[in-house]
Amino acid sequence: MVHSYLPVPPSCVDPRLKCRCAVRHTSFQNAMLAPPPIISVSNLSKTYGSGFKALKGINLDIKRGEIFALLGPNGAGKTTLISIICGIANLSEGRVTVGGHDINSDYRAARSLIGLVPQELHTDSFETVWATVSFSRGLFGKPKNPAHIEKVLKDLSLWDKKDSKIITLSGGMKRRVMIAKALSHEPQILFLDEPTAGVDVELRKGMWDVVRGLQASGVTIILTTHYIQEAEEMADRIGVINKGEIILVEDKAGLMQKLGKKHLKLYLQGKVDALPASLAAYNLELSDDGRAIIYDYDTKGERTGITSLLGDLRNAGIHISDLDTTQSSLEDIFVSLVRAP
Amino acid sequence: MNYRAIRAIYLFEMARTWRTLLQSIVSPVVSTSLYFVVFGAAIGSRITEVEGVSYGTFIVPGLVMLSVLTQSIANASFGIYFPKFVGTIYEILSAPVSYIEIVIGYVGAAATKSIILGLIIMATAALFVPLHIQHPLWMLAFLVLTAVTFSLFGFIIGIWADGFEKLQMIPMLIVTPLTFLGGSFYSVNMLPSGWRTITLLNPVVYLISGFRWSFYEIADVSVALSLGMTLGFLAICMVLVWWIFRTGYRLKN
Ligand SMILES: Nc1ncnc2c1ncn2[C@@H]1O[C@H](COP(=O)(O)OP(=O)(O)OP(=O)(O)O)[C@@H](O)[C@H]1O
Ligand SMILES: [Mg+2]
Repeated sequence: MVHSYLPVPPSCVDPRLKCRCAVRHTSFQNAMLAPPPIISVSNLSKTYGSGFKALKGINLDIKRGEIFALLGPNGAGKTTLISIICGIANLSEGRVTVGGHDINSDYRAARSLIGLVPQELHTDSFETVWATVSFSRGLFGKPKNPAHIEKVLKDLSLWDKKDSKIITLSGGMKRRVMIAKALSHEPQILFLDEPTAGVDVELRKGMWDVVRGLQASGVTIILTTHYIQEAEEMADRIGVINKGEIILVEDKAGLMQKLGKKHLKLYLQGKVDALPASLAAYNLELSDDGRAIIYDYDTKGERTGITSLLGDLRNAGIHISDLDTTQSSLEDIFVSLVRAP
Repeated sequence: MNYRAIRAIYLFEMARTWRTLLQSIVSPVVSTSLYFVVFGAAIGSRITEVEGVSYGTFIVPGLVMLSVLTQSIANASFGIYFPKFVGTIYEILSAPVSYIEIVIGYVGAAATKSIILGLIIMATAALFVPLHIQHPLWMLAFLVLTAVTFSLFGFIIGIWADGFEKLQMIPMLIVTPLTFLGGSFYSVNMLPSGWRTITLLNPVVYLISGFRWSFYEIADVSVALSLGMTLGFLAICMVLVWWIFRTGYRLKN
């Protein structure tokens, strides 16, 4: 019978069932796609009252749970970008969502997720550490939780200063007070605008331990820095911003791959006009008018090929007087990106 | 409503008040006492009675208003100007609070302080002159209304000011003269009719008149007019604050 092969007519399907199916379908799709970014910045531009255009069409997604380093020279727009996301400055164009909430139309939900440690040390002077940190928690609408504040202060080695007036603290301590304030309301996202400026080496390590601990507990961290080593050490992804534009966003692993390249320069005893065909596989390059050979190799590779190259060179009758290796650092990449017109 | 945020801001501001308790309370009490010595005792011995009450008694409501006005403006303007000045405003701006909550926190604290102050001045005055309050509830109503209105006004000045000079300017140049000329120390009816008409352009006249009525049932203008003018000024301040926050004026870049 032909009829038995017909699908169930639409009118027979329970609409509620259909609805459930649709929901399942989309959640299934979501699971298949990448998880939604926790912060999404699209086409963001900022023109200050002075007419200066500090940000030009920024597009940037921050993944949930990552440590993202925003790297850029002075005046690049790092602080401006953070200020807009956190609600301290108005945006001129574009859209920003935090945890899916628009920062303007749904500012309460968006801002509740964020803890901010600004670049400048802005602290009250006559409040105690405990009072100022508790104040921040209240301001963000969270019920009192002395145990949490105690933990934060202990983690930041501020516990013995809890009853001190802020004015009596050193600069590095004040910065940690600001971090404590930002963490007082258990944010899901933490912005650290140059967190290590003015913090000594030991405390810096302590601070990074705190940051890693936060990441382990699921907090997304965005930090800005001028120091490439810092970005390298801490971040999962690195974005480079210059003159109000994001010029590069890459996984640190990807960047390290680029960094993994080394040049070996072999200075020759004498001069070579052309390289023998037996060395073609090494992709060598002649330089210094034939007085030197350059070999690029990957330090991350299984083998560098240096030993066999040296053997083959000797077999080809080429003798070496000296050698030199150089690495292209993130610094080099950064400088070349930023200098580019 | 983020009530916890309002509470946090309010308590933070009140903590500042308690920290500076001596300046906040002692200096107005001392200056009020001086007014009594100078105006009440010295001049009052010449002017015996104004509209049926002794001169010393007559000036009490005006003196209270003088302090409440200037202190409300000073407290509220400083309260919001200072975080702007030292940069701690970043935290308020980045917090999940609405502008209404910010205003309630700051203005509420400033008004509370000047209401307490007004009551202390009244108590001080009672040491010098016999004091009787015919309509205590109206007295409180005018006190609270004035404190809130001028705290709101001070808040606006604090946001507008971009330096300490500006913070001082409006209170010094406008509010203090208006208060002195607003009938704190005399009845408007004592003035020649030309001056009287000009004086009625001064909004402070209505505040002091209404407030004095609640004490002695003596008024320069009708109580309804006093109340209406005060509420009108309150409404103007509210609209201004609403506009400031809507545009982010001088708070956000
Ligand atoms: N309020 C302002 N009005 C006008 N221009 C501003 C304002 N704030 C910042 N700028 C300009 O915007 C640009 C970006 O500044 P921003 O503070 O975002 O830089 P940054 O990347 O954080 O620099 P740094 O590494 O020095 O902290 C700069 O050229 C700065 O002069
Ligand atoms: Mg900056």
